Amino acid sequence: MSDGKANNPLVRMVGGTIKWIEYRLPIFSFIDHAVGRGYPSPRNLSYWWNFGSLAGLALVIMIMTGIMLAMQYTPHVDYAFDSVERIMRDVNYGWLLRYLHTNGGSFFFIVVYIHVFRGLYYGSYKEPRELLWILGVALLVLMMMGAFTGYVLPWGQMSYWAATVITNLFSAIPLVGDWIVTWLWGGFAVDNPTLNRFYALHYLIPFVIVGVVLLHIWALHRFGSNNPLGIDTKGPQDTIPFHPYYTAKDAYGVGVFLLLFTAVVFFAPNLMAEPENYIPANPLVTPAHIVPEWYFLPYYAILRSVTFDIWFLSAKLIGVLLMFGSVLILFVIPWLDRSPVRSAKFRPIYKQFFWILLADCVVLGWVGANPAEPPYLYFGQAATAYYFFHFLILLPLLSFFERPRPLPSSISEPVLKGGGTPAGAAAKPMEKAR
Amino acid sequence: MADSANPGHLGDGEARRDFLYLLTGAMGAIGTGIVAWPFIHSMNPSAEVLALSSTEVDLSPIEEGMAITVVWQGKPVFIRRRTPEEIEDAGKVALDDLPDPESDKDRVQKPEWLVMVGICTHLGCIPKGQRAGDPKGEFGGWFCPCHGSHYDTSGRIRKGPAPRNLDIPPYEFLDGNVIRIG
Repeated sequence: MSDGKANNPLVRMVGGTIKWIEYRLPIFSFIDHAVGRGYPSPRNLSYWWNFGSLAGLALVIMIMTGIMLAMQYTPHVDYAFDSVERIMRDVNYGWLLRYLHTNGGSFFFIVVYIHVFRGLYYGSYKEPRELLWILGVALLVLMMMGAFTGYVLPWGQMSYWAATVITNLFSAIPLVGDWIVTWLWGGFAVDNPTLNRFYALHYLIPFVIVGVVLLHIWALHRFGSNNPLGIDTKGPQDTIPFHPYYTAKDAYGVGVFLLLFTAVVFFAPNLMAEPENYIPANPLVTPAHIVPEWYFLPYYAILRSVTFDIWFLSAKLIGVLLMFGSVLILFVIPWLDRSPVRSAKFRPIYKQFFWILLADCVVLGWVGANPAEPPYLYFGQAATAYYFFHFLILLPLLSFFERPRPLPSSISEPVLKGGGTPAGAAAKPMEKAR
Repeated sequence: MADSANPGHLGDGEARRDFLYLLTGAMGAIGTGIVAWPFIHSMNPSAEVLALSSTEVDLSPIEEGMAITVVWQGKPVFIRRRTPEEIEDAGKVALDDLPDPESDKDRVQKPEWLVMVGICTHLGCIPKGQRAGDPKGEFGGWFCPCHGSHYDTSGRIRKGPAPRNLDIPPYEFLDGNVIRIG
């Protein structure tokens, strides 16, 4: 550190202190290898690679605002709703903290969904990054648990009925289902014990997420980031140091993210909120239209798409299994997609099906926001079938029948040869268009 | 671990060691289970929740065709004093037409009084149909707005995703017009 400026006594003192610590706890070299000059990254990362650090930022925002809100919130069925309204009206900047927290949840999902689809497009889940991907899916599942438990806390109508409907999903489990539901509730209906434990879990889950994030980053640094070409880095000519290149690029992304995020927080804080949740929970009246938050709509559509029994399985159980399956299937993608080529840039057929899958998820979200009746029901059934068709049938088949385009021999090759090769030349306009 | 599983030069020392490993492991697993149970069971309904397990209801103010909702164990219970037409409707349905076959007389103690847990057996919403202006579904009973389940005048599922008829809570007539639920 700062050996060239050692004339200044203050600098010398700081440098000495750092060395003293570093010798005993090598934390500075650890940070340097994680996000500093000591972490060589592929030189061709596009802006799609910003969303990992943005997810980290979103997590920090959620934990910081969440802890401040927890200091003002009362987890009791008689006081929860009022304590949230008190946060909105009486607590200094309480409205800001709460709107940052509620919209922060939505932006967290936006960022993470982009991050996931980035991984799907560029084959980031493939060998040797399978565990990195699996940890990421685990993070997604934890996020969903965090989002769900948090949504219950304001104890509005949607909170209460979301808690009721989602916990009732477990009643579909044969034999022990009802026992599990009673256990989850701590009673015979969603009530005070349920609210209390959801609050405890909602406080716990973010820190579990932090732990898994550390594992996720650890696994990432084992082989480094994937890149838009999906080929391995072959030497120093293919990499640039993370700092200052990608710290700067990430910082730019942070600026754009914060602009959009704060624009919603200040100008449309209830854009993604449900008006029904500003009515206090009433266990005796179910709202006419129960809809989950937007980030759960596709799964909700899958849940409701099954209206027929198959064999000895009830429609309810199949719906529940498919809904959980739609997330869990992500865990095994590395073994469903056997194609040795990572990036969709070199997979002409997979590339098209990728966009169809994305459209399919949007259709599922749209169906989930609408009542479960024709014609939405049929769209939902078709989109659900396609979702599983993509992962279970298409991916394995494409691995064998698709003929990938030739891969460039290295990341730096197109650059050093003057940018003339098709792969490098095609890369930039494609990314901008999407 | 029988000796025959470890023939030859090591003798029975290894078999004994295997046995001890297994025994230790088993004791560890059982011990973990015993310690885990209080943690798990602490989340089950507590004594004061269980103490609220019965509710008494006076039925005398309810007139024919009217329905009331009472709370039992935190759950809504629908009590409807059915009209003769509703009872007749419920009685003449062929059991083969029902997803969850159950005759009307098995669901009531006195045909006039239908007492049910008012929670949709699909995912736990409260069906509409208790109030005069509510939608009652295609079979004149109850309609769940969440996912479109229709129940008839006996609270049996007729159409939609719910797997079972509305549950009948345990209840008894104490004297004339008072029932105790639970």
